[in-house]
Amino acid sequence: MSARDEVLASIRRSLGVSGREATRRLSVETRLATAPRGVIPQRGQVDREARIALMADRAKAAHATVTVLDAMEAVPSEVARFLRDANAPATLRMGDDPQLAALPWADTALTVETGRSHGADLNAVSRAFGAVAESGTLALVSGTDNPTTLNFLPDNHVVVVRADDVAGDYETVFSRLRDSHGTGMPRTLNFITGPSRSGDIEQTLVLGAHGPRRLHVVIVR
Amino acid sequence: MTIHPTSAQFPANAHKALHDPQLQKAFNHVRSAFIDKRAKAAAALPEFEALRDSARDIKAHTLKHLDVYIEAYEAKVREAGGTVHFARDAAEARAAIVEICRARGARTVTKGKSMVSEEIGLNDALHAAGIEPVETDLGEYIIQLRGEVPSHIIAPAVHLTKEQVEADFRRLHLHLHPDRDLSDAQLLLTEARAILRERFLAADIGITGANFLIAETGTSVIVTNEGNGDLTQILPKVHIVLAAIDKLVPTRNDVAQLLRVLARSATGQEMSVYTTFSTGPRRAEDPDGPEEYHVILLDNGRSTMLGTEFEDMLRCIRCGACMNHCPVYQAVGGHAYGWIYPGPMGAVLTPSLIGIDKAGHLPNASTFCGRCEAVCPVRIPLPRMMRNWREKEFERHLSPAPVRNGLKLWAFFAERPALYRAATGLAMRAMALAGRTKGRFTSLPLAGGWTAWRDMPAPQGATFQAQWKARRRGHR
Amino acid sequence: MRDNAKPAPRVGLLVTCLVDLMRPSVGFAAVKLLEDAGCIVDVPGQTCCGQPAFNSGDRATARRLAQNIIDAFAGFDYVVVPSGSCGGTVVKHYPELFADEPGLSQKARALADKTHELVSFLTDVMGVSDVKARFDGTVTYHDSCSGLRELGIREQPRRLLQSVLGLDLVEMTDADVCCGFGGTFAVKYGEISNAIVERKADRIVESGARTIVAGDLGCLLNMAGKLSRRGSPTEVRHVAEILAGMTDAPAIGAPGETTR
Repeated sequence: MSARDEVLASIRRSLGVSGREATRRLSVETRLATAPRGVIPQRGQVDREARIALMADRAKAAHATVTVLDAMEAVPSEVARFLRDANAPATLRMGDDPQLAALPWADTALTVETGRSHGADLNAVSRAFGAVAESGTLALVSGTDNPTTLNFLPDNHVVVVRADDVAGDYETVFSRLRDSHGTGMPRTLNFITGPSRSGDIEQTLVLGAHGPRRLHVVIVR
Repeated sequence: MTIHPTSAQFPANAHKALHDPQLQKAFNHVRSAFIDKRAKAAAALPEFEALRDSARDIKAHTLKHLDVYIEAYEAKVREAGGTVHFARDAAEARAAIVEICRARGARTVTKGKSMVSEEIGLNDALHAAGIEPVETDLGEYIIQLRGEVPSHIIAPAVHLTKEQVEADFRRLHLHLHPDRDLSDAQLLLTEARAILRERFLAADIGITGANFLIAETGTSVIVTNEGNGDLTQILPKVHIVLAAIDKLVPTRNDVAQLLRVLARSATGQEMSVYTTFSTGPRRAEDPDGPEEYHVILLDNGRSTMLGTEFEDMLRCIRCGACMNHCPVYQAVGGHAYGWIYPGPMGAVLTPSLIGIDKAGHLPNASTFCGRCEAVCPVRIPLPRMMRNWREKEFERHLSPAPVRNGLKLWAFFAERPALYRAATGLAMRAMALAGRTKGRFTSLPLAGGWTAWRDMPAPQGATFQAQWKARRRGHR
Repeated sequence: MRDNAKPAPRVGLLVTCLVDLMRPSVGFAAVKLLEDAGCIVDVPGQTCCGQPAFNSGDRATARRLAQNIIDAFAGFDYVVVPSGSCGGTVVKHYPELFADEPGLSQKARALADKTHELVSFLTDVMGVSDVKARFDGTVTYHDSCSGLRELGIREQPRRLLQSVLGLDLVEMTDADVCCGFGGTFAVKYGEISNAIVERKADRIVESGARTIVAGDLGCLLNMAGKLSRRGSPTEVRHVAEILAGMTDAPAIGAPGETTR
């Protein structure tokens, strides 16, 4: 017997089942097909403005910085300001995200490059697929628009999220993913809540472990 | 590294730990940090208790249908372009990983934190095959430098002080100038980050564990705060996920339930910084990500726990709350437990995986204070299962002879009420006469385990039942 | 307080081995508190609830002892135990011990349903909200593990202690953390048990209380033994002694006369 067959056989022996029971199979199929939602915290189940406020509040609690803007056109100058205040160089890397590409980056002093990172970039901007106000979490999906390397290699990461994409809970983000990706998933979905950190030395919290030292969230109404 | 279990020497290990001033100093940071933060996070979410029920039910349901979920999961991984390799035991898992590394001519592999990797002794196997494993979680990196195993499942270096870490860096990071300041956690982290960044960029293969495997989509999920697990999997050409069969969950929505209790229970965060869902290799159009995606799905004894009194242990989501809240773990640390999994979860899991004959002390070394079960996010009845192990030991005559004989003697009297009252009546009067003037004994025959450390208060004299009887007679 | 129209409940006192043997005054304090609350108390012949056997993995002995207790207390309206740990054994573990025998399981369930730890019985069943007792000094309360986590006893003893005249209740840090007793654990793993009770003793002393009380004699013997070994003047007593105003007997581990 192959390892696969033997592992499955051992599980079945222990559970006292054959693996062919229709009720068990149906129970699994139903659960996979319906993906029932469990307990959803009330905290995120609020109207749009309250959701934006909650998103900002929770992201700050996770040591991110947050700005809320009224228009996408204001994003480049906000990114430039953030990098200036962080004493970071005026360089920026981004993917092919059409919404980001359409912005007036030329109005800033930033040198913008596009494509994935190979580790030399200090600053990057990404557009989030969505966000979860409940815990101040950003949701980013891999692809040419927003390469995953930009989420981890730079020191300073700016993430732009449309206010309409700020959900109350994770389940809503998954539901939107079902709409955009069908039954599959992108190669990588990153839930990001604050900048990288470690508490491994004497339980002292220090930011900037392996990923970005700073995470700046820009919510655009 | 592969570790030979020393669980059988638990009392000696514990003795050593209790007399290790560095360890005791390091643990001063733990006691309140994890506990207070968890309590605060739990209190801040009104649905927390309901979420614990939900988390428990999700894992229990999955275990009852595990064979079917594994089949569904495997099909989805394949659909996404990945491969699932089944491993019956540690040796098969090691062999599968070494084979993948060899076939790609890998020289270095970076590793995200994985307890299963410790369980199977993966690093030794890689070394033996001429492949260098690089641990990238800060705590794991430190203990790899020291040639140790983790002493905690989420904080591997919790037993060390920053002075010890500084000394290790100075000893092994040969480029360090003696004047370089490494006196605090931030400075130490900066040093480790610089070293590991180069290793990430140079690695041929990345190996991570998984917190969850999702049957709905064939996705593996890792949860980290550092981002090391992500750099491990997105930079090299090959991503290997090493996970055991108990990591299966049905859907993404189920993962959302579990995530809400995981970080809160572990570190008191609402969410860990990075929760990463990985599905197959990079897509044709993707600019980054691994070109190959392999899952090593390990059994190693878990399937035989199903259907037994230890099935509930497979609900564990490895948050570490049980050990953080355990008075015994807090006193002696993780290494005393003598294998990979310490604390209450280890006291139940270790005998299941390496045998009760080798791990007999672990389920006995508990006061049954119940705090572990009280904080477990998936409500695992840990004390009950430790008691189940004690029953198995008793049935198999593995309990130590003095304990068995003492119990037998006591049971002989306790099962004969008249004899019990006569004997205890006499004994207590005698003990009281001997001890009443001082009120306590500073040593007692057969109770050296007690009186070596504390006094034994003397009994008052006549037993309650004797006095009650006399009082009743007086009333009549 | 109790509704006078109802007949007085008949309460069987499960005195527990440790109280029976080591500190009978706790049993008499329990009887007084129960009688003051309007109960008719009796003490059927008994030995041990079986917890040491149960926790040592000797299920067969535990079941035999449990059956004796089930039979001895069958006729009472309530069974009251001056211990959260022995109470927890009857309430939480007896039904589990006989789960595979329907007849006995029913009897075990019936006993479990009418069994209560002393202080929570007074407050939650008998509606006692204050006691007529006096105790001058600061007192701190240790939450014994089984009472707290198996039976949910936390506020009840504190509420009643606060009704004692002259008593000043102060909270120690980590009142809900185990004292390291754990029954046979204290002897089998004496060194670890000691490390845990050392810490507990530190917290007790830091609280500044003159007296530490708890609801379980096992924990009390452990804490008293540690404090006296250190030469600490802190007194150790069972909560029932204070609530019953019966503090004539020397504190646990303190010198005094032998009771005959």
